[in-house]
This record gives sequence, C-alpha cells and structure tokens, in this order.
Amino acid sequence: MTTSVNHAAEIERQLLGFVEKHTKKTWTPDDDFFAAGAVSSMFAMQLVVFIESTFDVEVSGDDLVIDNFRTVGAMTSLVSRLRGE
Amino acid sequence: MNHRIGVLGAGVMGAAIATLAIGHGVPVVLVDVDDETLAKARKEVRQQLKLARLMGKLPRTGEAELVTTTDYADLADVTSVIEAVTEKPELKAKVLAEVSGVVKPGTVIVSNTSAIPVDEMADSVARPEDLCAIHFMNPPYLIRAVEVIRGPRTGDETMSKVTDLLAALDRDGVVVGDGPGFVINRILQRSINEAARIVEEGRATPEAVDAAFEGCLGHRTGPLATADLIGLDNVVDSLRVLHERTGDRGYEPCDLLVAKVAAGDFGRKTGRGFYEHGGAL
Ligand SMILES: NC(=O)c1ccc[n+]([C@@H]2O[C@H](COP(=O)([O-])OP(=O)(O)OC[C@H]3O[C@@H](n4cnc5c(N)ncnc54)[C@H](O)[C@@H]3O)[C@@H](O)[C@H]2O)c1
Repeated sequence: MTTSVNHAAEIERQLLGFVEKHTKKTWTPDDDFFAAGAVSSMFAMQLVVFIESTFDVEVSGDDLVIDNFRTVGAMTSLVSRLRGE
Repeated sequence: MNHRIGVLGAGVMGAAIATLAIGHGVPVVLVDVDDETLAKARKEVRQQLKLARLMGKLPRTGEAELVTTTDYADLADVTSVIEAVTEKPELKAKVLAEVSGVVKPGTVIVSNTSAIPVDEMADSVARPEDLCAIHFMNPPYLIRAVEVIRGPRTGDETMSKVTDLLAALDRDGVVVGDGPGFVINRILQRSINEAARIVEEGRATPEAVDAAFEGCLGHRTGPLATADLIGLDNVVDSLRVLHERTGDRGYEPCDLLVAKVAAGDFGRKTGRGFYEHGGAL
C-alpha cells in the first residue's frame, strides 16, 4: 500500500460521510446522486464548498463541471489530482 | 458600449446581481452600509460564480472586476445603477435621491424593487426619465427571464439602454406596466401570504402545501419554499408595500409570517424559516 492510496481512501471516506449525512442515504463510490434525483443543484455547490474547505484545494475553471461531482469516486479523483497526489 | 454597473445593497439580490454581471464580464461597484456586509458579499459572489459555472449558466472563466465600497461617490463614473436595498419605501426614496445626485445625467437608474411602483420612486430622483425597474428573479444568475417595468415618466432612451444592458447580462426582459407588485408580486406575494395562513390555521403543513403545488400543479418550488428562498423579512416588507398601496386585506401579512420575522427566522439566509436549511447557501 502506498500512502497515496491511503490518502485516496481517507478522502473517499470523508466524502461518503458528507454525502450520507446530507442525503440521509447510503451510497457506493460509483452511485450517481444527481441521476438518482436524490439531490438538487444547490447540493453540488455544497459539495464544492465542503471539498475546498476540507481538503484545502480550489476548484475552478474547467474543473467546475457537474461530472466531477456526480459520484464520490469522481470527487475523490478530483481532490487527489488537485492535491497533486 | 462598455458597461460598468453600480449595485446598491449587497444583500441576497445585490450580491447575486453582482455575480451575474461580473460573470458576464461587466465590472461592478457594489455599495452597502458597512464593510462586514461587503466582505460577506464578496465571499458569496465567489461561491455563486462557482455554482453558476458548475451549472453551465455563466462563462467558465474571465470575470470582470468587483469593487466593494461604502461610499456613494465611487459611483460617479458608472454607466448604470441597479438599486437593490431593503424593500422600505422611505429608504429607497433616500437612496435613489442620493445616487441620482452622484451619477451623470443619462445614466440609467434601475430599481430591483419587488412591489413599489416606478412612478412613486420617480418623485425621488433628479431625472424621472432615467428611472425604470427590472425585477430580477432569485437567483438572477440562474434564471434568465426578468420583469422590466416602464413607468409613465420613463424615457425611450432609458428603455433602449435597458435593452442593451440586459443583452450584456444575457437576460430576457418581459416588459410590463407600472403598479404595485407589477405582475409577478401582485400574484406571488398574495399566494405566499395565503399559503402561510393555511399553515397558521393548521389546515396543512408547509411540506403538504408545497408538495401540492409541486406535484399537482407542476410548480418547480412551492410557495413556502419560495418564501424561504426570498427571505421572510422581504416577503413581509413587500406585502406591506402592497397592502398600503392597494388597501386590499389579502396582502396584510398574516400573523405566522410576522411572528417568524420577529423571531429572526428569515428563511435560507438565517438557516430557518418554514423549513430548516443546513448550511445557509
Ligand atoms: N429576495 C428576493 O428573492 C428578491 C427578488 C427580487 C427582488 N427583490 C428586491 O430586491 C431588493 C433587495 O432585497 P434583498 O432580498 O436582497 O434584501 P436584503 O435584506 O438581503 O439586502 C438588502 C441590503 O441593502 C442594504 N442597505 C440598506 N440600506 C442601504 C443603503 N442606504 N445603501 C446601501 N445599501 C443599503 C442592507 O444592508 C442589505 O445588505 C428589495 O427591494 C427586494 O424587494 C428581492
């Protein structure tokens, strides 16, 4: 196990926790909560705010697309990339 | 034309109008009464830009400059003004008089009032022909359509400048005539008041009222969730404006609305209204 895998697992765990708290449902990293109609567009913004404040990254420019926030897996990759891991 | 807009009031609407403008490359001078409000607005604008871009509603890069200030003198060289201060007629009168003394003649002054007739506000400005109203929807950076109100004294030149301004902001105007509440709020505010009265009487919960409007009538958001989005303080102010100007008791704010405002429960902006709002966004 490399540290980056551990980091990714930790990022995923925190993201899942946030999403589950806000949707009051359990999700796998591949579930698309927008397609499931479980959340509103405002939720996408809460995700951006949560990600920026929790992981100390800035999401901007071409990264501000809904596809980056559809699943916990997509968000985990985004955060890992922005942290340069 | 190179636009530069002065926005008065950095609350729910003023900040969001600033987002819309700078997101379309139009610089903004945003004015409020204290630095704390302005700092909060700057933060909100930054987040709203992200939200709008995330949803594909604003160009992804290249915003214009946002200047925040408490000094009306900084508005001297703007090309138009959008007034979005609290819905209190005496306050609007004062602010509009002040700004019309600062800007150059021919600078369009737009009020984003919910319900005060343009012709009433026209008495407060130096040049009534330069004044009209644009009722932006909330949030203005997501909703394209706006209500444009031409008052009896609004000039043709003002109307053509407004068309130009709305094109720069990529909004679609629906032009309507003047009068309390114009079209939308003459109807919407009464519906909200009636919906709140139904809850007050115990006939239905807020959830049931909204579910009926959303599910049965296909409204995207029910009247009470809409009221929470608008701000219940603003709903009560707007109802009072309508009540005082029409004498119609249907607009007299119901006890439940007044009590929520007295308790400081304004809706989304304070975290609680008819609903609880986690993370006031
Ligand atoms: N909230 C909505 O959904 C909505 C929608 C359309 C129109 N409107 C209208 O827009 C206007 C603003 O509403 P809002 O919801 O943003 O209210 P708000 O209470 O959120 O903001 C009003 C702001 O005006 C500021 N202000 C007060 N006096 C001032 C002064 N002298 N100079 C500069 N700023 C001053 C306040 O400090 C506050 O920040 C009102 O006329 C309202 O009726 C509101």
